[in-house]
Amino acid sequence: MSAPDTRRPANDTSEAPPARSGLATGATPPASAPAKDASQLRQKQMLADYFAALAAARENGKKVVYTFVPGNLVELIDALDMLPVLPEINALQSAMRKRSAGYIAEAEKAGHSEDVCSYVKCDIGMLKSGNIGPTGLKLPEPDLLLLSYTGCFTFMKWFELLRQEYRCPVVMLHVPYQAGGAVTAEMRRYVGDQLRDKVVPALEGVAGRKLDESALRHRLAQSRRAEDDLVAVWDAARHRPSPIDGYFGGVYYIGPIFSAFRGTDGAVEYYRELRREVEERMARGEGPMTPDGTPAQERYRLVVEGPPNWTHFNDFWRMFSREGAVMVSSTYTRVGGLYDAGFRHDPDRPLASLAEYCLGCYTNLNLPARVDLLARDIAKYEADGFLINSVKSCNSFSAGQLLILRELEKRTGVPGGFIESDLVDPRYFGRANIENRVQSYLQMLEARLRPGASAA
Amino acid sequence: MSGRMSVGTPGIGADPAAGVLKRARQLVEDRKLAAVAAWKGSHPGGLAIGFMPIYVPQPLLEAIGCLPVAIFGGGDQVDIIRGDSYFQSYICHIPRSTIELALAGDLDVLDGMLFPSICDVIRNLGGMWKLLFPGRYSSYVDLPQNFDPELGGRFYAAELRRIADELRARGASPLTDRSLRNAIVAENQRREALFSLDALRRREPWRVPASEAYLVARAGAVLPAAEHRSLLKEYMAAALERQVRPYDNVRVVVVGSFCEQPPLELIRTLEMAGCDIVDDDFQLGLRMIEGAIDVREDVDDPLAALASAYLELGAATASRYIAEEKKGAALIRRARGARADGVIFAAASFCDPALLDQPMLEAALAGAGIPYTSLKFAENTGQFQVIREQAGAFSDAVKLWGSAA
Repeated sequence: MSAPDTRRPANDTSEAPPARSGLATGATPPASAPAKDASQLRQKQMLADYFAALAAARENGKKVVYTFVPGNLVELIDALDMLPVLPEINALQSAMRKRSAGYIAEAEKAGHSEDVCSYVKCDIGMLKSGNIGPTGLKLPEPDLLLLSYTGCFTFMKWFELLRQEYRCPVVMLHVPYQAGGAVTAEMRRYVGDQLRDKVVPALEGVAGRKLDESALRHRLAQSRRAEDDLVAVWDAARHRPSPIDGYFGGVYYIGPIFSAFRGTDGAVEYYRELRREVEERMARGEGPMTPDGTPAQERYRLVVEGPPNWTHFNDFWRMFSREGAVMVSSTYTRVGGLYDAGFRHDPDRPLASLAEYCLGCYTNLNLPARVDLLARDIAKYEADGFLINSVKSCNSFSAGQLLILRELEKRTGVPGGFIESDLVDPRYFGRANIENRVQSYLQMLEARLRPGASAA
Repeated sequence: MSGRMSVGTPGIGADPAAGVLKRARQLVEDRKLAAVAAWKGSHPGGLAIGFMPIYVPQPLLEAIGCLPVAIFGGGDQVDIIRGDSYFQSYICHIPRSTIELALAGDLDVLDGMLFPSICDVIRNLGGMWKLLFPGRYSSYVDLPQNFDPELGGRFYAAELRRIADELRARGASPLTDRSLRNAIVAENQRREALFSLDALRRREPWRVPASEAYLVARAGAVLPAAEHRSLLKEYMAAALERQVRPYDNVRVVVVGSFCEQPPLELIRTLEMAGCDIVDDDFQLGLRMIEGAIDVREDVDDPLAALASAYLELGAATASRYIAEEKKGAALIRRARGARADGVIFAAASFCDPALLDQPMLEAALAGAGIPYTSLKFAENTGQFQVIREQAGAFSDAVKLWGSAA
């Protein structure tokens, strides 16, 4: 198997040129790398330990379960002393490390269409290139594929593909779609019964032991603690200036809770620390740290719909941070759970609350509910505008976003911006085009917010 | 040119099937849905309920006095003016033309729309419908991906009951065991006729070209099951009277076109390129249940029977979870059952289900030694020469170097 081609395209630089608009806040990058917060350092160590544990899984006799972020059941997996792997996270990590282009090319050479999801192709390509994970360590093959089929059709095909590659068992958890805008009793029952009759037995079969319900309850109680702190972090964005970036910063905040750590002591400590840091920033009247290592100078407050681009993540972020645009909320940071809408894992109703969790993830909401949620956030966070980043790979998010744009503008009176890129395929990140649109949008916002003030 | 008869072909003489084909074509091409309006005129108070591909259980709708109307977008008959403004360039075409039809008022004759769980685009189209047409009935049909009768079966039966109840609140008749049993019987009879047509096609593709079978199958989109059955039988009887002879074509199965439909000319192009299409998934919704739905008198609960039929007899397709089946095994069975020489993958551009499935199916065919080729189309593709050349080369290669037999 060949190593992936990790050369960067000629027009891809890791450091973007300074913003050219007259709206620049004057922030300049520091001479040295910015100091990391304690929570960032903690998360980095958590991830390093996790990937090390994965690399040693076979040696240590640990079983491995692959699953997806929306509807992930990591408390169950962990309660059975198994390790979760989330292929979407592998894909985005590959993109941030500039490896995704090569992996996607491998997958397309193997016959996967250019039209389909780049997360899938990146994962397939990584598999065919030796399955080396983001930290350079080999990822273990799955003992089980837990197909949490919620919010995304492609998930089903992804795990059918992986089943073919790994020749391992799959257990399907069909999570019905909230087409009518609400979870019904039938939906709860269906998911709960599948968890009881199909998922738990399949996990127990792989783990070689019965589920200890007290262990599950303990983890759900831990999840709840972390969720409370995460919601406090999201709510902090109501403050002016916002002490967080709820999109570019937010995707780091959701790391532990949407991946391998929800339910663990590590996640509880991480979110407690994160909340403390955010509250301290809020007390100091500081904005979030930008990729240039300086606090944001809030000039525009935006809500964002859609996943970020991962291949040019920091460049994309700078297009906004250098203009003083702070993302006060986002929908992508809710794909793994709508905690700020009130959901909490409940140790007193373990399988029932896991079922509700799966049903309530953002991409399992119907379009009207997504519009409602965005409109709510625009009001709640007093946003000046909203942005839709429409990614080519993800029909679950993207199909209907142009109507979301119109509906939101009509409903809120707040202007929307619309840009297009992709998750992890760098060929679909047109820097000049995107920057042009962002600049135009922010100039329009400027004129709207501060009429009569001239651009510098 | 093939010795087959086709509508409008000059100089061939009177084709016994000309009349039924002309009617079928009119029904297929009528985007104003005049046949639906006529049905409503003769069934006062009856609701016409549209549904997107792939499948909704039509007997449920007929049992409550509704006319199921299969909607396949605007095909190559509609200029998209407003529909494109609702979708990015990397979304398939069928939602654009469907929105276009709706905004132009062409779907006003419908009293509701159903959106089955096939992919995220159709799923989200259902949500768009709620935002664009809030006063009109629309519902998602969440087909189960768990096939345990106590789990997925129970959920699915509840889903069907919900739809029946919602339509009842809008003027449909109540769902009764008797009405559902009668509707299922009519559906079984329609599919029996369809399966007979399919069998005739497989035996004598020169007598029943795929382009004609397509028309007569799709004409059922706007007809009750019993009327559609009559049309199918009329066509078959006429086709059997034809004086035709076989040509030296290869036999192919075409898969991947179960939602956005290829233009009829694309199907003809494949035929003209030397391919007899002996099986396909163009009208998969009609053939989704591979067998009769059991509603003999000793079956107590016809709704449960309808739900079970989907679980146990549902056709393998990209939008249905593979469960324990080996991926591609169903396609290999179909190809061998049809004595096909090869498979043509014809997927709509940007079709996630078809395109994500394709590598797995190709691998299965390669393992079974069945030749294949693939192409992409859009419902309004207007140029077919490249496809003709590709299909012609495939046909020649199969004839020269091997077959699936």
